[in-house]
Amino acid sequence: MRITFAGNYHELSFKYKSVMLSINDLRASIEGKEILKGINLEVKPGEVHAIMGPNGSGKSTLASVLAGREEYEVTGGNVVFDGKQILELAPEERAAEGIFLAFQYPVEIPGVTTINFLKTAVNEIRKYKGESPLDAAQFLKMVREKAKLVSMNDSLLKRALNEGFSGGEKKRNEIFQMAVLEPKLAILDETDSGLDIDALRIVAEGVNSLRSPERSTIVVTHYQRLLDYIVPDYVHVLYKGRIVKSGPKELALELEEKGYDWIKAEVEAVG
Amino acid sequence: MSTETNLKTRLITDFHAREAVMNGEASSEFHQKKRAGLAQFEQLGFPTIKHEEWKYSNVRDLISVSYDFNADSSIGLAELEDLKVPAQEANILYFVNGRYNAELSTIISPVEKVTISALSEAYKNDPAKVASHFNELTKDAEDAFTALNTAFTQDGVFIHIPDNQSVEHPIILRFVSDAREKNVGSQPRNIISVGKNAHVKLAEAFRTLGEQRSFTNAVTEIHVAEEANVQYYKVQNESDNAYHVGTTQVRMLDRSHFYAGTVTLNGKFTRNNLNIVLDGEHCDAHMYGLYFPDGSQHVDNHTVADHQKPNSESNELYKGILRDKSKGVFNGKIFVRPDAQKTNAFQSCKNIVLSPDATMNTKPQLEIFADDVKCSHGTTTGQIDEEALFYMRSRGISQPEAMSLLMFAFCADVVQQIKIDSIREYLENVITQKLASK
Repeated sequence: MRITFAGNYHELSFKYKSVMLSINDLRASIEGKEILKGINLEVKPGEVHAIMGPNGSGKSTLASVLAGREEYEVTGGNVVFDGKQILELAPEERAAEGIFLAFQYPVEIPGVTTINFLKTAVNEIRKYKGESPLDAAQFLKMVREKAKLVSMNDSLLKRALNEGFSGGEKKRNEIFQMAVLEPKLAILDETDSGLDIDALRIVAEGVNSLRSPERSTIVVTHYQRLLDYIVPDYVHVLYKGRIVKSGPKELALELEEKGYDWIKAEVEAVG
Repeated sequence: MSTETNLKTRLITDFHAREAVMNGEASSEFHQKKRAGLAQFEQLGFPTIKHEEWKYSNVRDLISVSYDFNADSSIGLAELEDLKVPAQEANILYFVNGRYNAELSTIISPVEKVTISALSEAYKNDPAKVASHFNELTKDAEDAFTALNTAFTQDGVFIHIPDNQSVEHPIILRFVSDAREKNVGSQPRNIISVGKNAHVKLAEAFRTLGEQRSFTNAVTEIHVAEEANVQYYKVQNESDNAYHVGTTQVRMLDRSHFYAGTVTLNGKFTRNNLNIVLDGEHCDAHMYGLYFPDGSQHVDNHTVADHQKPNSESNELYKGILRDKSKGVFNGKIFVRPDAQKTNAFQSCKNIVLSPDATMNTKPQLEIFADDVKCSHGTTTGQIDEEALFYMRSRGISQPEAMSLLMFAFCADVVQQIKIDSIREYLENVITQKLASK
């Protein structure tokens, strides 16, 4: 038997806003094992949604599937982003449409500087949109402003992408890239993992400075602490590949206090 | 009679025919060395894959045809324009089909800093000096191609840098095979002697004109005196019908520094031997290599770091990207002789194989006879890093562009070692084009 709690969520949402992201009965597996077992979620412009849940519940899988990671096979359902079906799109096309994934483990790429990487990304996205590439001066000016916005040290820009960066620097670099690429939807996958409280605060400030009525955010996290800084509009609990509970931001506090066992028990009782 | 025996016999007959018209010169020291080389070649014959050093590199195809080793060429500057490996202000020497072309060449460094001349000219001026340096470092008994080169040496470059001189402008040797009309062969021999505390940057660039076969059998001997600093690069961007066997033999003395960069961009069959003898204390030898075979190309790099004295260091990094049905071979030997305590020797060979039909054979070979040493080696052969690829694509970079960026980055730590700016820039351009073409 399949249970969805989408109904609860709809009661909480503002009906007059158009939907930016609509996930409908999304199912995905890896190596034949089903991880997502029917996800339903709607995100409207400007909203911040937190996806929480115990380890192995499928949180990072959801983030990866939305960004287009090819190891996962989508076995059912659909995802509509900004009016477009995106599951058939390549990762780079999704990025150009405005989806950004901040990685849990940002990849080190020796030999490619952050600045060169971002310049290529910005101009590839502009090409996708039929815009002319930014020249070096325009690009540099824009990048400097964005670096300032997220307190990113200029010297990191000239270094190889993430190579030898500390955990905090890597995560900050993710947020910096987000600032440069200006996505419509940012998905933060366990951005808090491996960060001490100071680094966490800096990263969260970066994310908050990028909040706008047009930009939506999905925060995937195991712990409540990140949500002290990035305050969500909604909290969803993912368990065994389904969203089993949704609620206002207070739900996160309840989870922090009581852990996930009571939710597991609730699900098992119904299931 | 097999074709192999054919080429061997033809070469030997040719040698004796030349010798017969030499008059008194045949008794010279120079010629006696050549004759010894021939005898060695006659004994060894062309290697087969039964030979341990040639196990993965079959020269059958190379020796299946004949080559004109004395082909004239009407080549002029205009035709060379497209073949240029560009250079900033530099000493540039042209060798066409193995012979020095003075008209095309430019030597700008003052003679008190460096003597640069064609080997043929140097021999005319000072036969005793050239003869004594000739084949001083090379080991004909170990390699048939080296012995063959010794026997047939006609030209090449002779460079001498006096003690304490720093040669400001690089010395670029451009070897052009003019294979427009027929199969051509050349066997240049370069002898480079770098004095105490002298500094120099050198490059050998190999190009081909035309679609016929070319066979280059090049040998370079480099003497590195105490405290000298030598940057030596070999760039091969030859035709799809070019066969190249080359040996660079280096001897380093106390506190000297030697940097080698060997980049094989194109060629049908390439075998590079880079043999460095660290015959001094506190020396450091650095070997960097890069290769990009595609189609049915074959690239083989054999290197030797032979530590004979204590307290020296060798450091090696070779990288390759293999496509289509290409084959790559890497064999890196490190010898640490009994006297060579406190040796540091590092070796790494990393490859990206982009096609299921491409193959890479790597063989590190460490022979250590001293007990207080630090040696390490590692080889990796893999595909492009999928996680890195996804990371880039998730930022909007298309798959082909992401692949290019990643492969360019893969090459970067070798390319960055090339300290002659114009050559490094040339390599960056060619590599970018090559990466974009597939």
